[in-house]
Amino acid sequence: MAFDTQYTNQEFKVVGKRVLRPDGIDKVTGRARYGADMNAPGQLVGRILRSPHAHAKIRAIDTSKAEKLKGVKAVVTAADLPDLTRGDMGMYDTLENCMARGRALYDGHAVAAVAAIDADIARKALKLIKVDYEILPHVTDVDEAMKPGAPIVQPRIRTVGVNPAPTKPSNISQVSEFGHGDLDAGFAEADVIVEKSYKTEQTHQGYIEPHACLASVGPDGQAELWVTTQGPYMQRNTCAALLGLEVAKLRVTASEIGGGFGGKTHVWMEPVALALSRKANRPVKLVLTREEVFRGTGPTCSTSMDIKIGARRDGTITAAQAVLRYQDGAFPNIWGMLGAMTAWACYDLKNVKATAYDVLVNRPKVAAYRAPSAPMAAFGVESTMDLVAAEIGMDPVELRIKNAAKEGTRASYGPTYGPIGIGPTLEAAKNHPHMKAPLGANQGRGMACGFWFNFGGQTCVDLNIGQDGTVNLAVGTVDVGGARASLSMIAAEELGIPYEKVKCIVADTASLGHNDTTEGSRGTFSSGMATVFAARDAVRVLRERAAKTWDIPVDRVEWRDGKAHAFGDEHGNLAPLSLEELAAKAARTGGPIAGHNEIVADGAGVSFATHICDIEVDPETGKSRILRYTVIQDAGKAIHPDYVEGQFQGAAAQGIGWALNEEYIYGADGRLQNPGFLDYRIAVCSDLPMLDTQILEIPNPNHPYGIRGVGETSIVPPLAAIANAMSNAAGVRMTHTPMSPPRVLKAIREAHGA
Amino acid sequence: MAAVLVSTTVNGDAVEYSCAPRESLLDVLRNRLGLTGSKEGCGTGDCGACSVIVDGRLVCACLMLGAEMDGRTVETVEGLADGATLHPLQTKFLEHAALQCGVCTPGFLMASKALLARNANPTEEEIRFALAGNLCRCTGYDKIVRAVSAAAAELAHPAKSGTGKKTGGKKAAGGKATGKKKG
Repeated sequence: MAFDTQYTNQEFKVVGKRVLRPDGIDKVTGRARYGADMNAPGQLVGRILRSPHAHAKIRAIDTSKAEKLKGVKAVVTAADLPDLTRGDMGMYDTLENCMARGRALYDGHAVAAVAAIDADIARKALKLIKVDYEILPHVTDVDEAMKPGAPIVQPRIRTVGVNPAPTKPSNISQVSEFGHGDLDAGFAEADVIVEKSYKTEQTHQGYIEPHACLASVGPDGQAELWVTTQGPYMQRNTCAALLGLEVAKLRVTASEIGGGFGGKTHVWMEPVALALSRKANRPVKLVLTREEVFRGTGPTCSTSMDIKIGARRDGTITAAQAVLRYQDGAFPNIWGMLGAMTAWACYDLKNVKATAYDVLVNRPKVAAYRAPSAPMAAFGVESTMDLVAAEIGMDPVELRIKNAAKEGTRASYGPTYGPIGIGPTLEAAKNHPHMKAPLGANQGRGMACGFWFNFGGQTCVDLNIGQDGTVNLAVGTVDVGGARASLSMIAAEELGIPYEKVKCIVADTASLGHNDTTEGSRGTFSSGMATVFAARDAVRVLRERAAKTWDIPVDRVEWRDGKAHAFGDEHGNLAPLSLEELAAKAARTGGPIAGHNEIVADGAGVSFATHICDIEVDPETGKSRILRYTVIQDAGKAIHPDYVEGQFQGAAAQGIGWALNEEYIYGADGRLQNPGFLDYRIAVCSDLPMLDTQILEIPNPNHPYGIRGVGETSIVPPLAAIANAMSNAAGVRMTHTPMSPPRVLKAIREAHGA
Repeated sequence: MAAVLVSTTVNGDAVEYSCAPRESLLDVLRNRLGLTGSKEGCGTGDCGACSVIVDGRLVCACLMLGAEMDGRTVETVEGLADGATLHPLQTKFLEHAALQCGVCTPGFLMASKALLARNANPTEEEIRFALAGNLCRCTGYDKIVRAVSAAAAELAHPAKSGTGKKTGGKKAAGGKATGKKKG
């Protein structure tokens, strides 16, 4: 079906206002129900036993004592989740990650689970399960894992993307390459060449709500799953496939979600909860502890990389090369590939190449984390850009402006850009008062840019008009931070009615057609697009009903300001019919009035941001403090500016935490040393200043309102913006995140020969 | 071990419950009293999502025992509003979009209430340090700090705007300075 997805410039009445969110009252009064807040009659408590070893063969699991404990209703192991994946290796990996199958691949890998009448008994039952492990050599560092002779994580893996195809197993699951031009010629043209290596440590999304679900499977194969997730349909399809359930008979309801940031785009313990429920024949509530979230769910990659840039003295970049090594945890994925695609996306480059190695290690399966893979590559690229600027004596902003991608630029990862915002964000940064503010002793300023693709995907919405003219909007993308407000605004805008007349809900999987997971900043973009079309569909019906009421041709009826207006010489004197009037008469004019839309929301506009950061570094302790921070990002069109700013600020704060403090620390034994918020330190309120924002609106030509996704891009620049600021504040070039006080102090002492 | 019988006051109501000696206050609130507004983000006192006020003092409900509550007074987010009238903190959190996912919000509201009870006119720095025990991963704290500051002003001069009574409707246009440095 062809849709008119072209952008049309228009005056908005509702869109762009700062209205109150419809789910607000519930969330400030404690009424909102999150994953752990639902209960079912007769429910049991589920708990998971996890491997204490980084890599081990599981010789045997003896569950007999646990099964005999009074109050235990089910114990499951991999034997209760038979392999139904029929050669789909991605699905098999998901199955194996949910529950170890003969081997434990990382510290925290689930090996068994119990369901009992209370938490105490469940805890005791876990202690009664005896697992016979044969400990195997492990590897947790990405560079170590690539060396010949490293312990092999997945013996089935043969490196994809190299010629000739290898015959021996490797921890390198995939090699990817992007770019164009002639690197050698480009570097030969350069006046200066800067080459630098970087490392970033592993970070976790750190959503405050741990994973939680309530699963109920009946003996007739009908099942329900209440779960905190970004993808209820993903949960349904994956869980149904792994448990052998019929898709239509597994109803998944997404709870309110207490943060996800990509970490809730996968299944983790949900199939286990369903297996426990099936075996016990009772509902099972399974809530992970914070320690389990860190050890047993997917953080983002740790990385290692080499960046090389050649430039002429006038600032023209003649060649750019990135070699990226990303660890994906214990299961193959494409995170390195995404890093390679994003690395050079901000720039218009004649000769460019990015090579990525996706590498397996004995760590948890890596999951998406907000603009997944882009922040690390940008740390390397944007740090090196500053080094080039210093080398040729050019202002870092000017260097970026000179090389910025623009409409018509062929991106390093392939496509040719339409209208984009990198240039405008850089110009805005250059002219921002922040750039001219004075700095004191031990203080420095840095800036950096970031890119994210954004995504559209399969989308479906229903819009139903009630008998009083109020409107129900049912969407299938999870509301992670105000989307119900934005989507209600869009419906109100199209229908010409007040925002308060629209009630938006996130439907369960049995009540609405398939929707892709809320990822890739697609919620407001794709459901917004579908809402526009569903509303226009409803307007078509409303016009027909008005035409029928008036007994005039429908092409003599237009919809304006929430009313049907007849026009033309012979009909112009008819009084307009309001939505309320048409809704009240619906039963006599053809029945319920509704609008629907099912679409693949193509045309997600790419998004760019430029950040400016002031930092102060204490030369005696290495401790740093962010003094001022400014985010400038292209939103395409900000539907609800408060929540657009909120996305910018939240993403920047996560990037700041990544840059300064957060890291997974593994011991020599391959065990995670800091699986808690005390030792894995995310940014707290007293760590940060106000996070200033500037929203630019360069319309996305592929969306009727010009929307671009806004959720992810601003996590990309902070790592390099902070490294660049630190370099100017303390005279040290940090190449390893987190740039924590001990690392910074060491660098300062080395720089001063102490 | 035998269950402990506890008589206490929760959000102004006399409440009796029996709980296991090892059961946390948070588990009692959530599982025995149905007060699921307090959230468990960590269970180790690091995230503040379970912040409640016991005898006027801000605590993590996951670090106290249900059995300790006998004769005490517990305040949770469910008791913050006065019927349909929201507390100014709740109103300002909504008006300033100080929540995204909202799971940390009950804890922030209770921690902010405890702050304003001892310091009616906190500076930005005082707000930031008072709320440093509450983790938020969505907002970057900017809008939370602004909301608490606005609530303090509202509590000091309630007559000016009267927003404490508001439970819906549109926010006044231009009612908020964004993209500007707080002075």
